[in-house]
Amino acid sequence: MAYDYEKSIRPGKLPHIWCPGCGHGIVMKGLIRAMDTCGLDRTNTCIVSGIGCASRLPGYLDACTLHTAHGRAAAFATGVKLAKPEMSVICCGGDGDGTAIGGNHFIHACRRNIDMTYVVMNNYIYGMTGGQFSPTTPTGKKASTTPYGNPDPVFDISKLAIGSGATFVARTTAAHPREIDKLITQGIKHKGMAVIEVLDDCPTTYGRRNKFRSVIDMMKELKKSAVPAKAAAKMSPEQLEGKFLTGVLYHETDKPEYCEQYDALIKRVQESA
Amino acid sequence: MAKKTALVQGNQACAEGAIYAGCTFFGGYPITPSTEVAEELSELLPTVGGKFIQMEDEIGAMASVIGASLTGAKALTATSGPGVSLKQELIGYACIAETPCVIVNVMRGGPSTGMPTGPGQSDVMQARWGTHGDHAAIALVPESIQEIFTETVRAFNLAEKYRMPVQVLFDEIVGHMRERIVYPEPGELEVIDREKPSVGPDEYKPYDSSKGQIPPLASFGSGYKFHVTGLNKADDGFPTTKAELVDAEERRQIDKITDNVADIEKFEEYQLDDAEVVIWAYGSSSRSARYAVNLLRQEGIKAGLFRPITLWPFPEKQTAALAKQAKAIVVPEMNLGQMIYEVDRVSRGNCAIAGVHRVDGEPINPAQIIAKVKEVI
Repeated sequence: MAYDYEKSIRPGKLPHIWCPGCGHGIVMKGLIRAMDTCGLDRTNTCIVSGIGCASRLPGYLDACTLHTAHGRAAAFATGVKLAKPEMSVICCGGDGDGTAIGGNHFIHACRRNIDMTYVVMNNYIYGMTGGQFSPTTPTGKKASTTPYGNPDPVFDISKLAIGSGATFVARTTAAHPREIDKLITQGIKHKGMAVIEVLDDCPTTYGRRNKFRSVIDMMKELKKSAVPAKAAAKMSPEQLEGKFLTGVLYHETDKPEYCEQYDALIKRVQESA
Repeated sequence: MAKKTALVQGNQACAEGAIYAGCTFFGGYPITPSTEVAEELSELLPTVGGKFIQMEDEIGAMASVIGASLTGAKALTATSGPGVSLKQELIGYACIAETPCVIVNVMRGGPSTGMPTGPGQSDVMQARWGTHGDHAAIALVPESIQEIFTETVRAFNLAEKYRMPVQVLFDEIVGHMRERIVYPEPGELEVIDREKPSVGPDEYKPYDSSKGQIPPLASFGSGYKFHVTGLNKADDGFPTTKAELVDAEERRQIDKITDNVADIEKFEEYQLDDAEVVIWAYGSSSRSARYAVNLLRQEGIKAGLFRPITLWPFPEKQTAALAKQAKAIVVPEMNLGQMIYEVDRVSRGNCAIAGVHRVDGEPINPAQIIAKVKEVI
């Protein structure tokens, strides 16, 4: 029997805005399956996004949804979660939104280890504005603002999250749909800041400028470059050249969660009063 | 029983007023000269079960406040010049998403870093037009420590009642000054909570104004699933580009204030009955203005003071009437001319308008005002 996605989608809100071949829909389906697996009560779940193609995702889902300003998802979500810790909070958005204009909020949400799950749809481009390079556009690649090839070095979003203090960090790709919901499920169940980076494709503004002849080619490239972290441990640096690691990249359970820490602070202050 | 009194700083009175109003969330970032509001609330909020968070930057602070408010919390941020500039985009977000919240701006000079430890009144136009796009604005300008307390409470009330951001502006002088305060008893000042929906989750539309200009606001996590966005939206909260829906929503969000000015306005009139010259002053400048009125009256000059406590919406009706009554209106303000242009606009040439301005980090003193009054009459 086909999976019933419709019960999680707001009536009348489809079709979505995403282009044919865009991976965001695959991520949304993964998120829906993960929310179901975790048994999240959608009236008690807040899905927060910033601005961009990926940030349109919350509007389609039947939950408490908050489409904020460019880059600010993690900061709005921090307010929601701290004010009402009993809510499940999920952030989603793109690479530019989350790590360029929103980079400061992203790293500090990781540092606090606040209990939320941030799904970054990393398609290495600003799609909504027509394909300008982002902090994850590979060096040398073409974007509408890098007509001679991108001169900038790139961010590794998962490493950024780990380095900033997130306690569950995982990566997969839009070409691995089953792994998307598996990792988001683990992220939701994790108590603390979970970052799931999903490498994704933008055929419209990235693929066509960078000699990908079809969406299939982009998906094949994602599959070819993805190396499960466990397999990578047995590979040489030469073999890993041009590849990226997938699966759970970091998982730590000792670091205190932010809202629990604050509740303990309140208890301590009120008891000593 | 005698009421509790204390000698407190303006910024502290602001924090205490917030607690009185039922504030349970503060998101902020350190900045002079407003930092004591944050320091005080970091101590007070946990005692009432509230949350204090020092965010990574001013924008994040504003974002956290809006997020908290959407869960039903009364939320506050406090900042100053450069911080208010950074918050502008999200003040606009709070306007269009109709999210109640309070922004305290302890004004210093500017532009840019300016003089962080000096007073200024140069953010008063920014409070009206700082964020992009058409929007309404409410800004309150207390002149004393007691009034900082009561106006902070009123700011929360107006934010909750009209579903919008409300700014409280006082300058460094009042923010850092200490005066005696008489604490209102619980229940003595009105405390307003936002209206909750009367319909069930299935029928709820967050911007449905069919039963009134200000739609009830459900809280996230209270059984209602709804969408909030900074895009132009229809009454169900979802984005729209339909011209008639966009137009109606934009106009409603401004009309809800212009149609209710009588409820929002607040001002003090001092010695105005027979005044031939009106000093139109707000915030700490009005303290010098009142003193100047007393000295001028001793000299037989019929001077009076008009002091807006609600600066935005602008007291058009009162100012226009004074322009017809008086020979001149003198506007002292610690900037190089901001509110004076509004006074001039609504006066329609009915009297002379003169300003007393300074931006050197020093307060405007009564002698300067007296000299200007004598010059214009």
